[in-house]
Amino acid sequence: MPAGFVTYIHMQNRAFAERVPISYNSRPFFLCGTTMSTTATQAARRHVVRFAGDSGDGIQLQGAQFTNASALAGHDLATLPDFPAEIRAPQGTRYGVSAFQIQFGGDRITTPGDAPEVLIAFNPAALVVNLPHLEPGATIIVDGNAFTAQRLKRADLDSNPLEDGRLDAFRVHAIDVSDLTLEAVKPHGLGAKDSGRCKNFWVLGLVLWMFDQPREPTRRWINRRFAGDESLRDANLAALDAGHAYGETMEIDGTLAQKHVPEAPLAAAEYRTITGAEALALGLVAAGELADIELMFCSYPITPASSLLHHLTGLEEAGVATFQAEDEIAAVCSAIGASFAGKLGVTSSSGPGVALKTEALGLAVATELPLVVVNSQRAGPSTGMPTKTEQSDLYQAVYGRNGDTPIPVVAARSPADTFDTAIEAVRIALRHMTPVFLLTDGYIANASELWPLPDFDSYAAIDTARPAPGSQGAVFERNPATQARVWAAPGDAGYIHRVGGIEKDAQSGNISYDAANHQSMTDLRAKKLAQVADYMPDQTLEQGVMGGLAVVAWGSTYGTIYQAVKDALAEGYSVAHIHLRHINPLPSNLGELLTEFEAVLVPELNTGQLATVLRDRLLVDAIQLNQVNGQPFAVADVKAAIAAHAPRRMQEVNRG
Amino acid sequence: MAELTAKDYATDQEVRWCPGCGDYSILKAVHRALAESGADPANTVFVSGIGCSSRLPYYVETYGFHTIHGRAPAIATGVKLANPELDVWVVTGDGDGLSIGGNHLLHAIRRNVDLNILLFNNEIYGLTKGQYSPTSRIGTASPSSPGGSIDQPIDPAQFALGCGATFIARCVDIDQKALPGILNAGQAHEGTAFVEILQNCIVYNKDVWDDVSSKKTAADAQVLCEHGAPLIFGKARDKGLRLNPRTLSLEAVTIGEDGVTEADILVHDETNPMIAELLVRMRDPLPTAMGVIHRRTQPAFDQAYRARKTLERKTRVKDLLRRGNLLDRR
Ligand SMILES: Cc1ncc(C[n+]2csc(CCOP(=O)(O)OP(=O)(O)O)c2C)c(N)n1
Ligand code: SF4
Ligand SMILES: [Mg+2]
Repeated sequence: MPAGFVTYIHMQNRAFAERVPISYNSRPFFLCGTTMSTTATQAARRHVVRFAGDSGDGIQLQGAQFTNASALAGHDLATLPDFPAEIRAPQGTRYGVSAFQIQFGGDRITTPGDAPEVLIAFNPAALVVNLPHLEPGATIIVDGNAFTAQRLKRADLDSNPLEDGRLDAFRVHAIDVSDLTLEAVKPHGLGAKDSGRCKNFWVLGLVLWMFDQPREPTRRWINRRFAGDESLRDANLAALDAGHAYGETMEIDGTLAQKHVPEAPLAAAEYRTITGAEALALGLVAAGELADIELMFCSYPITPASSLLHHLTGLEEAGVATFQAEDEIAAVCSAIGASFAGKLGVTSSSGPGVALKTEALGLAVATELPLVVVNSQRAGPSTGMPTKTEQSDLYQAVYGRNGDTPIPVVAARSPADTFDTAIEAVRIALRHMTPVFLLTDGYIANASELWPLPDFDSYAAIDTARPAPGSQGAVFERNPATQARVWAAPGDAGYIHRVGGIEKDAQSGNISYDAANHQSMTDLRAKKLAQVADYMPDQTLEQGVMGGLAVVAWGSTYGTIYQAVKDALAEGYSVAHIHLRHINPLPSNLGELLTEFEAVLVPELNTGQLATVLRDRLLVDAIQLNQVNGQPFAVADVKAAIAAHAPRRMQEVNRG
Repeated sequence: MAELTAKDYATDQEVRWCPGCGDYSILKAVHRALAESGADPANTVFVSGIGCSSRLPYYVETYGFHTIHGRAPAIATGVKLANPELDVWVVTGDGDGLSIGGNHLLHAIRRNVDLNILLFNNEIYGLTKGQYSPTSRIGTASPSSPGGSIDQPIDPAQFALGCGATFIARCVDIDQKALPGILNAGQAHEGTAFVEILQNCIVYNKDVWDDVSSKKTAADAQVLCEHGAPLIFGKARDKGLRLNPRTLSLEAVTIGEDGVTEADILVHDETNPMIAELLVRMRDPLPTAMGVIHRRTQPAFDQAYRARKTLERKTRVKDLLRRGNLLDRR
C-alpha cells in the first residue's frame, strides 16, 4: 500500500463508551547477552511500536501484554511507558495522552527506539501529539470512530487530520475500532460502557497479528483478571480474537501485511521480562538473603518511587517489612532506627523527598550505621515534572549535605541492572557501616527489558559487622580495611552503648568536642569512603576501542549510548563506551583509563553533573552532551555527538 | 542477673546540665523507675532528639540514641518495629517534640506505638539559650521576643489527647514521690505513654511553674488524678472538682461549704476521654491535673504491625526470580 493511502472502514453503530483503565500489574521482562552487528537487514530484525491514547484506554496494559507476548516469542526488547502527570486527565486532551513504546526483535535491543514505525492512536490528541516522533512512511492505525467533531475540538484541532493532508507522508489505517469492538462483544451481553472497554484488546489482537505474536499470554491474563466475571472475560477474549481476525482479513484484501519477526539469538538461559522497580525490589530482598539480615523498608509515597514500596510490600514473605511513614523525614529516621536495632534500614524517595532526608543521612554517617537510600530521580527543581525522567540528583547524592559527610553512590543502568546494583549497595552499606545512595530514575523504574535469570547460587554471601552472639567488646573498634565499627544492637548484652549525632570520641563513642578527635573522625569518614574503592572491580569498557573518544556515562542512558556507540563503531569511529556503576568513589583505575583517550564525552540527562564530578575528582576535561526535556536521549543524538568528537578509525569506511 | 539499684543505671558520663536544672531530678526518677521495674539494660533503649532534655540518654546505662532535632519519635518507631521486644523510651522537649517534631509526635501517638514518651516542658528553648517555645505563655520575654511572645501556646497533654493518646500523665520534675511511679505506669502501658513533665529551666525560664509547683502553692494548685478516687485536693484535702452539667465544665468546690459533700465530687475515670478533656484543660484558678489523667486499652501498633509483617524469610529469592512468564532457552 502506498504512503498517503487512507483506508476507511466504517460501521453503522457509532455508540461507544470510553473505557476505564484496568489496574495493571506490570510484568517483567528480559535481557539478552548476545550482540549482533548492525547490518542492512537490521531494519527488519527489529520493530518499534507506540501505543497512545487516553489513560482510560488501557495503554499501559496493552503495552505490558504486547511486551509479554514478544518476550515469549523469543524477542529481545526494551520498553518506555510515557504517562501523563494527571491520573485521569480529561478525555481526549493533548496533555492527557498516555503512551507506551516498545522496541523488540531478533537483535540485541537496548533502547525503546527513537522513532516508532507503527503508531496506534486511540483518539485525535494521541495522533497529533505523537506525529513529531514519526518518520515518513510510518504506519498509523487510528480508531476512526474517535475522529468526531467534538473530539477533534478536544484535541485543539481545527481540521480532521485524516482528511487535511497532514498525514500524507504516512500509511494510515483509520479503522472503526469502537464499532467493530461493539460488534464483536455483542453476544456476551455487556452494557455499552463495558463493551467499549474491550476496545484495547481488539487493538491488541490486531497488533499481535501484525507481528505474528502469540495471543496465549494475553488470554491467560484475561482469564485470570476476569475470573470472577464470565461475560467480561468472554467479551475481552472475543475482542482480542476479533482484532486478530481483522488483521487476517486486511492481509487478504492487501491493505496490511503481517511481519514475521525472527527470534533473538538468546544465550542459553531462562528469561523473563522485568521492570526496574520490580528488579530493584527483588535485588533488595536478595541482598537481605545474602546477608541473612531482615530488611525494614521505610518510605513515603512519591512518583516515580512509590512502585518500589508497592513491590516490596508484595514481597513481605521474603524477609522484608515495609513501613509507610508520615513523611520522608520519618521514613529515613525509622529506617535508621531499624538499623540501630539490628535490621537493615532501607528508604526510598525521589529528589524532593531525598532533600527532606538529608539531615538524617548525616546522622547515619556520624553514627556509622548501615542504610540504603534509593532515589528514583525525576525532573526538577522543586516538584518539577514527576512523571518525566532526569538524572539531575547526582550533585545531591555526591555533595548535598552539611559538613564533610561522605556517602558512597552507586547507580543502576537499566531495569534488570537494578537487581545487581541493589545487592552492591547493600554490600557496601554492611561492609563499611555506612549509608549508601542508589540512584535510579523514573525511566528505569517503569521500563522493562528481557532478563536472563541470574544464577543466584553464584552470588557471594554478604558479611556483616554484627557481633557474635553472647560476645562482648568495644563497639567502636573498627576494621582497618573497611573502617566498619561493630554493629551492636539493643539485645546484645555485651555491647550496651550510647551513640548520637554529636561528634563522638573515636574510641569510646562518648560525646567529644576535642579538636584532634574531630580531625581524626573526619579523616576516618573520608578513609571509609576511599576504602569502598578497594573492593570495587576495575572499570572496564562496555565496548569499543582505546585511544579515540571515551563516552563516559552513568544510569539509564546506558541502552541508548550502547546502541549509539555500537553504530558508530560499525561506521569506523574510534570510540569506546564506559558506563559507571560506582560514582562515589570512582573506580580507582578510571583516571588512568581515561588518560588513554584523546577526548571524553559525557552524555547526561542533566546540565553536566557527572562531568563536574569527573573534573573534580580526576581533573578530566569532559565534553558535555546534555538534555533535560523529560525524555531519554535518542540514539541519533548521541551518535551525532560521537561523530562530532570521535576520530575515524578506518578511512575506507562507507559513509553512505 | 543480680537486682540492679537506681545507681546502676547511671553512666560514667559527667552530667552537664546547669546546676539546679529540673532535668537532674527527672534523671533521678528515671534511674529509680528503671530499678523499680527491673529493666534489662540490654533490652532498654532511650531515644532522644536535640535539646538540654535530649541529653538524658547519655546518662542512662542502657542502649541510647541521641538523634536529631524533633525526630526521636520517628527513630524510636523504627527501633520498636524492628524489635518489638525492646522497652523503648523517648525523651524530648517542648521545642523538640512540639515545634520541629510535632508531626512525628502526632503520628507516633495516633499509631499508638508502644513507646514511653517523656516530654520535658520548660516552656523555653533551653539549649539554644532561651528563645520562647510553642508552650511559652503569651507575653514570654525572650531574646527572640523581647517585647513578650504573642503566639498562642499549645498544651502538650491536650495535644496528646487530640492525637488519640491512650495514656496521658503529667508530673512536676521535682516530685520524686510521684514521678517514678508514673514513669513505671507509662512503661507498663501497651501503646504510647505520653508523660508531660513540668520542668524548671533555672537559667532561661526560672520558676515558670512556681504557680503550680512551689511548696507554698502545690497542694492547692494541683489535683492528683487517681482512677476510681474522687478528685479532691488542697492542703486540708477539703477541695474537690464538681461537674456542672449545665455548663459542662468543672468547678472547684469546698467540701462542707454550701452543702457540698464528698458525694458531689467527680470520681476520676481514667478510661473516659471526656473527663480527660476536662482535666487537661484546667488552668488557674482551677488546679492543674497531675498523675495519670487518661489510660485506655487499644492494641499497640507494633504488635499489629509485626503480626502482619513477621520479617520471616518464608520464600527464597531463587523462587521469587522465577515468578511470572518464563521463556526457557536452556
Ligand atoms: C535542625 C535543627 N534546627 C535547630 C536546631 C537548634 N536547636 C537545638 S535544641 C533547640 C530547641 C530545644 O528546645 P527544647 O526541645 O524545648 O529543649 P530544651 O533545651 O528546652 O530541653 C533548637 C532550636 C537544631 N539542633 N537542629
Ligand atoms: S539551660 Fe535550662 S534546661 Fe538547659 S540545662 Fe540549663 S537549666 Fe536546664
Ligand atoms: Mg524546652
